Amino acid sequence: MAYPGKGLALLCRSLPKGWEPGRILLAAGFALSFIIPATDFIDQYVQLVLMYIGINIILSVSLNLVNGYMGEFSLGHAGFMAIGAYVASVISVRVFPAWAAVWLFPAAVVAGGAASALVGLLVAFPSFKTRGDYLAIVTLAFGMIVKSAIENIGALGGPRGFLGMDRLTNLPWVFFWTVLSVWFVRNLVYSRFGRGVLSIREDEIASELSGVDTRRVKMLAFVVSSFFAGVAGALFAHLLQFINPRVFDIIKSTDILIMVYLGGIGSLGGSIIGAVIYTVLLEVLRPLGVWRMVLMPLVLVLLMLYRPKGIMGLREFSWFVPRADLFSRGLRHSKKDLADGAP
Amino acid sequence: MSYLLQQVLNALQLGSIYALIALGYTMVYGILTMINFAHGDLFMVGAFLCFLSVLFLKLPFVATLVVSMLGTALLGVTIERFAYKPLRGAPRVSAIITALGVGLFLENFTLALSPYPKHIPSFIPNTIWTLGEISISLLQVVVIALSIVLMVILDLIVRRTLLGMAMRAISWDKTVAPLMGVPVDFVISATFAIGTSLGGVAGVLYGLCYPVIDPYMGIMVGWKAFISAVVGGIGNIRGAMIGGYILGAVEILVVAFLPSTYRDLVVFALLLVLLVFRPYGILGKATVQKV
Amino acid sequence: MALLEIRNLTHRFGGLAALTDFNLRIGKKELAGIIGPNGAGKTTVFNLITGVYRPTSGTISVEGKRIDGLAPNRITSLGIARTFQNIRLFKDLSVLDNVRTAHYGQASYGALPALFRLGRCRREEAGIIDLSMKLLNLFQLEAYAEEPSRNLPYGLQRRLEIARALATRPKLLLLDEPAAGMNPAEIAKLVELIGWVREEFDVAILLIEHQMRLVMNICERLIVLDFGATIAEGAPSEIRSDSKVLAAYLGEEEG
Repeated sequence: MAYPGKGLALLCRSLPKGWEPGRILLAAGFALSFIIPATDFIDQYVQLVLMYIGINIILSVSLNLVNGYMGEFSLGHAGFMAIGAYVASVISVRVFPAWAAVWLFPAAVVAGGAASALVGLLVAFPSFKTRGDYLAIVTLAFGMIVKSAIENIGALGGPRGFLGMDRLTNLPWVFFWTVLSVWFVRNLVYSRFGRGVLSIREDEIASELSGVDTRRVKMLAFVVSSFFAGVAGALFAHLLQFINPRVFDIIKSTDILIMVYLGGIGSLGGSIIGAVIYTVLLEVLRPLGVWRMVLMPLVLVLLMLYRPKGIMGLREFSWFVPRADLFSRGLRHSKKDLADGAP
Repeated sequence: MSYLLQQVLNALQLGSIYALIALGYTMVYGILTMINFAHGDLFMVGAFLCFLSVLFLKLPFVATLVVSMLGTALLGVTIERFAYKPLRGAPRVSAIITALGVGLFLENFTLALSPYPKHIPSFIPNTIWTLGEISISLLQVVVIALSIVLMVILDLIVRRTLLGMAMRAISWDKTVAPLMGVPVDFVISATFAIGTSLGGVAGVLYGLCYPVIDPYMGIMVGWKAFISAVVGGIGNIRGAMIGGYILGAVEILVVAFLPSTYRDLVVFALLLVLLVFRPYGILGKATVQKV
Repeated sequence: MALLEIRNLTHRFGGLAALTDFNLRIGKKELAGIIGPNGAGKTTVFNLITGVYRPTSGTISVEGKRIDGLAPNRITSLGIARTFQNIRLFKDLSVLDNVRTAHYGQASYGALPALFRLGRCRREEAGIIDLSMKLLNLFQLEAYAEEPSRNLPYGLQRRLEIARALATRPKLLLLDEPAAGMNPAEIAKLVELIGWVREEFDVAILLIEHQMRLVMNICERLIVLDFGATIAEGAPSEIRSDSKVLAAYLGEEEG
């Protein structure tokens, strides 16, 4: 896969060891995420947008794993988000004592993610036998079932929604979970499971016959993907402090799809870009009122017509690629070893 | 017993509408192997066109029908020409996302023009006949009879005319059909025109039965009709008809015996179960992949 | 014990019998070929062996262990690899990644080490890169390591597919029409390549072919299929003049 900026790469290599730009940015970001809310030198509204961007990045990266890298057709991502949102909310409102909620927040988020992951495992099973359109329908139906189910459960507030969450989501937490989701997905992608994921997209039968345990790989992909969708949902719920089933409908799933395909399938950098652009655009176009949602889909259609692979296509920023992968060329053997090669 | 028969009538009424919309999905899938996710929203446009013709143009029933059919057909063909045709060779995903985008565009465009739900004044006399304990309304007769007539006509077109033969040819082999002289673009446009106009009819009939319409109505109804098509075997025209009535029956049954909030839940759950055991639908055939 | 043993293998697609009562034994390092007119069922045999289809009846065993009914990737781990009639590479992946993917089974680290990129994962990954580059070297493809495999010329794509198959450390390699689309000069090179692969990787080879030039030159034994049944079996010299084989290919003689 190509990587931009040979000059940038040279610069990177010239820095002292341990000072890679990726790490510097991470440290800076982490520090900023504390400084900003403490000093409010950035407008509170912008802080809110930043948090939305983070949540959308998590959603976009997690969906990209299944739709982009694996080439499957999951159209019910909002369903996983809903599960995470509700589970985390119920736990933080009903289970945790009020004073402890702040400290136990990460546990609530993890619980939300875990619940989604469990359900994600279930959705993985139909994916063994069906692909393409049929899987699209299954995931679509799944998303609708989740929404319908929540509407029918009175204890969760039904169609009126669930509230009472404290505003536990803040910039440092969003930053943390965003970085974690990107890191996990990236690690998975550059492991043997990641190559399995890609090969399933390319040619599932050839993949199986090359020794890839496709069942295990699919389960892993769905579980990781839905886990982080659940995490995003949990963070979302504790930002809005109110959730109802309508928020997690097909339109939400479509929003996430737009982010993935806008930024570029099979690319972490792409997911991030897609999430950023989409969130920002949505905010910037707010004055347009309802016409903003007329413009967005039009942009999406134009995108599909003229640049279907998205902004990043299947390419990746070199920062995300593990060193071993980037510089594997250096492992070329010397001419001597070529003596006994194939005819 | 009569309660049951009454519900059967209701199921036929609802099923007819689902079947008409399902036909649009299945025809497009059969010929392009593409799920036109915007079809549900075209049905919604049909309902709004009905609203416009009844309220502003003050047209009678048949004229309203014609206006809706022509309007949606035109829209459908235009969408196909500008948004789908360029993507015929592209990966499936692009077409699906585009369809989703078109659907979203239609929904929000209509929303922008009409922020509040609209009420269609009744444009058919409200006659009701009673047979023993069962009451049949003119409405129901019109919906069911018209749907069946249209479906029979469609079946005849597909099976007996040259156009129908061309449609089937293209659905079996897209590359060879044009080599045999089949005007592929024209046939595809015709398929879209017919499929969407049926959706338009469904919009009018829906407006008859449930006179309050809003821009997002196409989502739920559309998806359920789509499920009908899948249940019957997507790509199979008779399957879509059967699927539509099955879905209508299931929905009415659920509403009759369970709290109405369970309606959608049960319908989707049944779909999932069906897909697990028979992914190709009732009349669908398993396609064997050549290795 | 035979490396591969197929007994009474029958496979039906609905009412159509693609293969009837097929028997075959392949020994270690043997080089055999399956030939026959189009539609005779040759690729079906491969699909059955590799687990793409589950046989209607009959048994397939590798070194005494039954493999019919197992998942394809399990069969691969038991020592059977294959290439395809119409090259099924991972087109958007690089040449290196095609081979690395097939080294999936050569690593053993699980999901958690992968997600956290623990030391074990990193070590095994480095090992896989090493193995893959060595394999590419042997096949003289290392110059293309970073190229998307779809950019390779046809002949090199074939070579890559064979290399990828060998990454799974098979005991038996199934080649489905490896000479398809090649001219006589290329076929000669292929003959050399196949012989070299057998020696270098200590592997038995079973191939399906239409090109008599390849098959007669290299196979120790031939099995002839027609309409799903074996009509002849033996050394190439015997098969060449067998009347049944000639009839199958050329049609019955008049009179």
